Order: sequence, then structure tokens, then C-alpha cells
Amino acid sequence: MSTGNLTRRKIYDRASRIVFLLATMLGVVALGILLYRILSDGLGWLDWQFVTSFASRFPERAGILSALFGSLWIIGITAPIAFILGIGTALYLEEYAKKGWLTNLIQVNINNLAGVPSIVFGILGLGLFVEGFMFGRTILSGALTMALLVLPIIVVASQEAIRSVPQHLRNASYALGASKWQTIRGVVIPAAFPSILTGFILALSRAIGETAPLIVVGAVTFIAFIPSSPLDQFTVLPIQIYSWTSKPQDEFRAIAAAGIIVLLIVLFTLNATAVYLRNKFQKRY
Amino acid sequence: MFTLGRQETLTLQKEMLAKHSQIVVKNEKKKRDWGIRFFLIACAIVSVLTTVGIVMVLLFETIGFFQEVSLFSFLTDTKWTPLFIPQHFGILSLLSGSVLITLGASLVALPFGLMTAIYLSEYAHEKVRRTIKPILEVLAGVPTIVYGYFALTFVTPLIRTIFPDTGVFNALSASIVVGIMILPMVASLSEDAMVAVPRSLRDAAYALGATKLEVATKVVVPAGLSGIISSFVLACSRAIGETMIVTIAAGATPKLTLNPLESIQTMTAFIVQVSGGDIEHGSIEYKTIFAVGMTLFLLTLAINVIAQWITRRFKEEY
Repeated sequence: MSTGNLTRRKIYDRASRIVFLLATMLGVVALGILLYRILSDGLGWLDWQFVTSFASRFPERAGILSALFGSLWIIGITAPIAFILGIGTALYLEEYAKKGWLTNLIQVNINNLAGVPSIVFGILGLGLFVEGFMFGRTILSGALTMALLVLPIIVVASQEAIRSVPQHLRNASYALGASKWQTIRGVVIPAAFPSILTGFILALSRAIGETAPLIVVGAVTFIAFIPSSPLDQFTVLPIQIYSWTSKPQDEFRAIAAAGIIVLLIVLFTLNATAVYLRNKFQKRY
Repeated sequence: MFTLGRQETLTLQKEMLAKHSQIVVKNEKKKRDWGIRFFLIACAIVSVLTTVGIVMVLLFETIGFFQEVSLFSFLTDTKWTPLFIPQHFGILSLLSGSVLITLGASLVALPFGLMTAIYLSEYAHEKVRRTIKPILEVLAGVPTIVYGYFALTFVTPLIRTIFPDTGVFNALSASIVVGIMILPMVASLSEDAMVAVPRSLRDAAYALGATKLEVATKVVVPAGLSGIISSFVLACSRAIGETMIVTIAAGATPKLTLNPLESIQTMTAFIVQVSGGDIEHGSIEYKTIFAVGMTLFLLTLAINVIAQWITRRFKEEY
């Protein structure tokens, strides 16, 4: 090996470090620009009036009140349904299911569902809940659609959490005479719960940010009241933002940015909670 | 060594009695265990029913659609104008829009995602890695509506300063931003694949005098190739199914074109456009949603199955 060759290889090596670092910075820089743009566009419009007003044709009077309540309603119904179904499925697959065609089918099916585009879930909601069950274009239809959408995320996260509970903890419980369910309830769930909760919160933040499925299910863009029952019409934060973004006037674009700031604050708070929980309860057995 | 006081002995006896009565009620417990087991199975079945529901709903309305439109013209007509007269139902125009966006997004996400993964897995110090990974996770958690806003208000004006002829709605802006959106996915899945490559392979290469670059490109990437490729494939599937960015930034002009500076329409954007309006249940416009949705579903399903197959088939065993 000649020295010249070695020098060249070393130069390539040093250059590659810089190139790879620059490539990595693309994502970081993109995030920086995105946040900077949204803050500089929207911060001026973000005040208490914006949070406590309904949508309006006039930019200076427009607000996100109905969207905020719509998002709360959706999450309030989606969360318990997805939580129970998700943990139930994960517990069945990890603790009860024997290897066989049914287990295999359920597992493969969950993996595939996780890859189905969210808008297809919207079509499912439209065909099944809006038209099939005749729930109409209501909060209930939207929330059920969202629950099915985030279900695979919760199942996969819960499965991993349950799997990481070591077998000797279960055996200890059985040795004390506990039944299977007592072991699951008293040992497995408490041990896995922080990780399950982390996955659950991340799934919820996905549901809060989703737009497309709810447009298909029939969320309305202009709602000037606070929904009072699951069978009311509704709008949510991302859809309100979408409707402002697609208006030609610059003022509405700025208002959209203000709405995005609110949305991102909600999501970052949720994500921070998830990270905090993960760090606080992370156990090594 | 230990002597139990009277109080402790009593408590112990009580506990033992309680244990005994637990054994007596064991049959009772078993019955309840079966109830719980049944409930958990029911939960697990819901996800299967979801898939069945998707297929049934899509199939039912799609059959209705193809009673009015021939499959042949659906697949070969080059125009897509279901909302105008004369109506044309050629999926190719929407499909080409989706493919154009996906190609553009891949050009951003695949190289940069792979390089990010190599940097994080091979070059970065643990500290840097622990800073950058959460930032990329944040990028992955940003709602697509926010990306759509970003495409329309920042990336499009930027492109128009370079190419003044570009339309307000164009495929380029949308694909760049879709690329940024799927970049964290490529980076994180590829990094997982590379981290899984055993240390000993790297050490062997270093022992032969290889540089870091050579170890990364000639040992680690080939060894983790199945995981890397499946991350690429999954990211493409995500790009095809992405909706809000393309709805906001790419426009609503279905056409067969490869020019990224023009306005196009994707399958997903069409579904949003039609369902956003007041569509009548049972009309042909209503049914187009399902026909396009079916196409999208089958396409992404096929891609996802291929990705899973690649991971299984080409998994390297060490």
C-alpha cells in the first residue's frame, strides 16, 4: 500500500465525517427554520382573545375556541377506548395467546394496520360509522375512527412493555399461589405501566395532530358553538388550521400560524410528559 | 433467633386462614379468569375486525363504482375529472401525482436519512447522539398540517425566487417537505439496523487497517442492508399515503406530468378535496373516494408486505 493511497484514504475519511455531519444537520436545521417561521408568523396574533373566540370571517376576531373543545371531545372519547382495547390486545397476545394461526393472524394484522395510511381510516369511518351505523358527521364518528387509527401504535408499545417484564417476577407471583390474572394485575401491569403510558401518550399526540381522517369523516371547518354532546358536529384544531391555511389572505395565514403554536404547545407538553415518564420509571431488572 | 409476639402470631394465623379460603375460592377465580381471557380475546379481535371493516367498506362502494365506470377506463384513461362534465375516471393522473411526490421525497429522505443514520451510528459521540436523536423524534412528531403550512409559506416562496415560473401550488415544494417528514423514519430505522451489526465485524475491518468511512460503507451498511432497504420501502409507503402536505402545497390539478414545478394532485389530496365538499351519499362522486381509497390501500399494503418480506428474507444471522 503506497503512502499516497493512504493519505487519500485518510482525506476521504475526514471529508466523510464532515459530509455526514452536514447531512445530519439538515433535519435539525429544517426543524429550526420551521419553528422560527411559525413563531415569527403567529406570535403576534396569539393572545387571550384568540383562545376564547370562535372562528370568524374577520381575522382580528377569529379564534380557536370551538376547535379546542372539539379536540378535547375527540381525545376524551378516543383515549379510554383506545387505551382499553390496546392494552387488552397486548395482554392477550403476550400473556394468553398460544402460538397458532389466530395469534399469528392478529399479530400480522396489527403490523399491517400500522402501515395503513391515515386517510384510509377516514374512509373506514365514513363508510362504517357515518353511513353504516348512521352516527352522522359527529364527534362520535370522529372519535371512534381515531381510536381505531391509534390502536396499533398502543398495542405495539404495550406489547414491548409487557415483554420487558422479566419472567422471574411472574414466577414469584405464581409461587405465592396467585392466579394468572392476579399475576397480570398485580405484577405485570404495574411493572409495565410506565412504558405503556409513554406509548399511550405518544399515540394520543398522534391523534391530536391528525387532520385528514377527520376531514373525510366530516369535521366541519366553521363551527361557532361549543359542542355539548358526542352527537354534535365538530371541528378540531388541525382542521381549523387547515381551513385558515387554505385561505388566500395573509392575515389568515398568520392566524393559522398562531393556531399551530397552540397545537405544538399541546403536543410538546404531551411529548415532554412521555419522555419524563420514560426517564423517571425506567427500570432495569 | 426471632420470636414472634402474640400479636404477630395472630396476624400470621389470620393470613394463613385467608390463604386457605383463597384456595377454596380458586374455582371461583378460575371462572373469573376465563371471563377476563374472553374479554382480552375480544379486544384483540377488534383489530382484525378493523381490517375486515376497511376491506368490506372499500370493496362494497368500489363494486358500486365499477358498475358505472369500467375497470379498463379506470386504468387507462389519462384524464381524471369526476367533478366536471364530461366526467373522466383515469386513476393514472392521480397515481402519477402520488408517484412524483414519492420520488421527489425519496431523493431528499433516502440519501440524507442514510447519511444521518451512518453519522449517528458510526461517527457521533454518545453525547451528540443523545442530543440529535430526540430532535429527530420531534421532527417525526410534528403534525403534517404544520408541514403543509411550512411548504406553502416558506418552501414554495423559496422555490419561486429560484424558478419564477413555478406555480403557487407545485409538486416540488410538497415533495421536499414530504422528504423532510419521512427523513427521521429512514434515519431511525436504518440506524437500528446498523447498531445491530456486531462490534466484531467492525473491529475485524479496523484490524485490517480500514478507515472509519470504509468500515461504514463496506462493512456496516452491507451488513445492515436488509433493515436499511426495508426502512426505505416503508418511508416510500408513508410518502404515498401522506395527505395534508400534498393537499395544501401540491394543488388540485390531476395530470400526467413529470414536471415538479407544476401543480398536480395525489390520490390522498383528491380524497380530501371531494370529502371536504358536500357530497351526496351514493353519488358517483361519493363512490370515487372509495375507488381511489382502495387503490391507495392496495398499493401501500403491497409495499408494506414487501418491506416485511425483505426484512425476513434478507436478515443476516450473526
